Amino acid sequence: MNITTQSYKPGEHPSLPPPRNLVGPVKWAKDNLFGSITNTILTIVAVYLLYLIVPAILDYFFFNAAFEGSSRAECREIAKGACWAFIDERISVFTYGFYPVEERWRPNLAFVLLFVALAPVLFDKVPYRGKLLVFSLLYPLLAVLLIVGPVSVESMHFSQGVSGPLTWLVIFAFASALFVYGSKTHNALAMVVGIVPAGFVLVAFFLSDALWISIPDSIGLTNAADDIYIFEPVDTHLFGGVLLTIIIGVTGITLSLPIGIVLALGRYSNLPAIRTLCIMFIEFIRGVPLITLLFVASTMLSYFLPPGTDFDLLLRVLIMVTLFASAYMAEVIRGGLQSLPKGQFEAADAMGLKYWQTMRHIILPQALKVSIPGIVNTFIGLYKDTTLVLIIGLLDILGVGKTAISDPAWNGLSTEVYVFVAVFFFVSCFGMSRYSLYLERKLHTGHKR
Amino acid sequence: MSAVAESDRPSAGLLSLWYNREARQVIIQIFTIAVVFAALFYLARNAAINLERIGKDLGFAFLLEPSSYDINQTFIEYSSRSSHLRAAVVGVLNTFAVAICGVFLATVVGFVLGVLRLSKNLLMNKMVYCYVEVVRNVPVLLWILLMHGFVVHTLPHPKQAGDIAETFFFSNRGINMPSPTFEPLFWACALVFVAGIVGAVFYKRHAKKVQDETGKILPVLWVSLGLVIGAPVVVFLFTGMPIEWSIPALKGFNFQGGVTVKPELMALTLALALYTSAFIAENVRAGILAVNYGQTEAAHALGLRNNRTLQLVIIPQAMRVIVPPLTSQYLNLTKNSSLAIAIGYMDVTATLGGITLNQTGREMECMLLLMAIYLSISLAISSFMNWYNKRIKLIER
Repeated sequence: MNITTQSYKPGEHPSLPPPRNLVGPVKWAKDNLFGSITNTILTIVAVYLLYLIVPAILDYFFFNAAFEGSSRAECREIAKGACWAFIDERISVFTYGFYPVEERWRPNLAFVLLFVALAPVLFDKVPYRGKLLVFSLLYPLLAVLLIVGPVSVESMHFSQGVSGPLTWLVIFAFASALFVYGSKTHNALAMVVGIVPAGFVLVAFFLSDALWISIPDSIGLTNAADDIYIFEPVDTHLFGGVLLTIIIGVTGITLSLPIGIVLALGRYSNLPAIRTLCIMFIEFIRGVPLITLLFVASTMLSYFLPPGTDFDLLLRVLIMVTLFASAYMAEVIRGGLQSLPKGQFEAADAMGLKYWQTMRHIILPQALKVSIPGIVNTFIGLYKDTTLVLIIGLLDILGVGKTAISDPAWNGLSTEVYVFVAVFFFVSCFGMSRYSLYLERKLHTGHKR
Repeated sequence: MSAVAESDRPSAGLLSLWYNREARQVIIQIFTIAVVFAALFYLARNAAINLERIGKDLGFAFLLEPSSYDINQTFIEYSSRSSHLRAAVVGVLNTFAVAICGVFLATVVGFVLGVLRLSKNLLMNKMVYCYVEVVRNVPVLLWILLMHGFVVHTLPHPKQAGDIAETFFFSNRGINMPSPTFEPLFWACALVFVAGIVGAVFYKRHAKKVQDETGKILPVLWVSLGLVIGAPVVVFLFTGMPIEWSIPALKGFNFQGGVTVKPELMALTLALALYTSAFIAENVRAGILAVNYGQTEAAHALGLRNNRTLQLVIIPQAMRVIVPPLTSQYLNLTKNSSLAIAIGYMDVTATLGGITLNQTGREMECMLLLMAIYLSISLAISSFMNWYNKRIKLIER
């Protein structure tokens, strides 16, 4: 009643609260759940589906699951749902495969150092970034040394396992990088220090087997190395589980990006021969399934190597996986290159920049920024594709799981194993895609208006 | 100016070539080709030496020898006495079977999910988001194994098979469903069906002409449906339903009659469709979002109704964005079908690249043939989709 009696001067009336059906949960529900007839039907369907799925899953995997026990029968006695005791018992195999127990600190250390090496690459606000980047460059060598073990001079021969050839490859890469750096900065010492070992590796690769044996022999190194091991070398067929998955994933990811960039530039170049070669390579790799390439690695690749060589299976797989990923990477980066307006190239030409200067300073920074989502998607695809190695007999995390299922004491636990592996992949891949979103936001500069 | 440049240059010799842009390009290309061919020659020479060493020769004659292994799912006649070549063809057909079923299922599910992902309904929206993220971030091989485990372990034994109207049976031996046997008069129905399609095409042209001239809109959809589906059904009824169905029935431990979809095919199709549908859903969503909202507003301003807007304005434009990534998803699905080998489905990888390879020891020939087959399938799919893409491309003035 006092509403009528109260009076305000013009413009001084206090704001009334909005009508009740336009605020709060009622409004929210109306907007999001019951806006129209179709919307209401969708809500009902969704709630029904959730009711069907969620309680059943929670029941089976958590509330009704057995977390202890030493066989499947014991699990069954405790609870009717999933039997996680199995995973618990096998967790070390899932992590390391058959890597010797007393040596497991080495992959652990390599794994921790991986983050130290990755930090300056992934984030730019890391203290001592410049010095850490040097460590990141040296990390691959260190990781091989830690995980595979020290390399005896004899095993440097191409026919010996994974570490020998890989060490030579790394030495070659570093030496040639040093040479290029020297030639850019007119530093004669760096050029000489770089060209000598690089040339040695190249010559030795194309010349005969004899050189490999004779040079270490002549300086008396062949057998001396045996006594100075700090830790034992580990055979690569003992690798397995998460360790193997990460080794293949990280190697493929780090190597496929530079190769992919080179291939993309080749496909985008105006030199017909180089363009044709790159197109042929990319389209061939993209046209066949990864599994056929892995078959090639396991059955056919040894035919193409010099007679008598025995290339490590893991190394062959790494090469194939890297080639496969780099073809996809090249296509993603080509998309980025094509999205750049022609004016960027013309402006760089007008400034008098040479081809590599144009690419290094003008084109690639922009093209790579545009293609980040695609690059990360390729990484995720590669990481998921590492599971395919189980088909040619390498025991990655899924392979370990698959062999573990056949244990008679735990017969019939495939669901638990697969779900465990699925969760592992989901966590790592989802993490990667979140990082890509962060990167996109961080690099989204320049075009903001 | 030019005189100075001329005097700076070395007057003759190879170095002067290097400073000439075009000459340099030619040199680089010749050098690259030389290196590539040298590497190829080196590999081929190694292969020749290695093959000679173990006393093998190259040749495809082994393809005509009897395969002496059985294949559990064959679309053409095949027995263990047939040749390796025929086993490879059976494998290719099996690959096609799973690829076609998978592509169809993945497209349907993917489009529905992609549209639902854009719905205003919060609950549905988030559910589809969860589905897409969970499915995308788990390897496809794992989905195949999981799905196979589900089909083989969770579905009931044939004796307790689930059924729809006593004609479709679901069990861990696969899906059993009725198979048709055509009687002579059935060709009449088929003929009417083909005639209906031709008629519908002509009617659509006629309707477009009428609309262009008078602005009148003819009911194309209903007339087409009547011609393509209605007319054959009428003929079918009049000729006395000339199809006999062989309905599966449980006899002993398994089903007799009808056709069986093997559990491996079922698991593989479901897993591949599940995995690919998540990617297609994201493509569809991105494609629809790529159409500017102004297009909808403009269509409404012209007086088009909601469904006409969708049909004439939004979908044609969204399709242009959706088709290229859709192509690569179809290609991925086809290539991923090679993972069939993990669950024992006999596709071409399992026959030619698996058992034939192991039996004959012809790694080189088998792998080359296998890669050639996959390459041609990939190229065929991508050229078809390129043709389609060109057809629906926006023609700009």
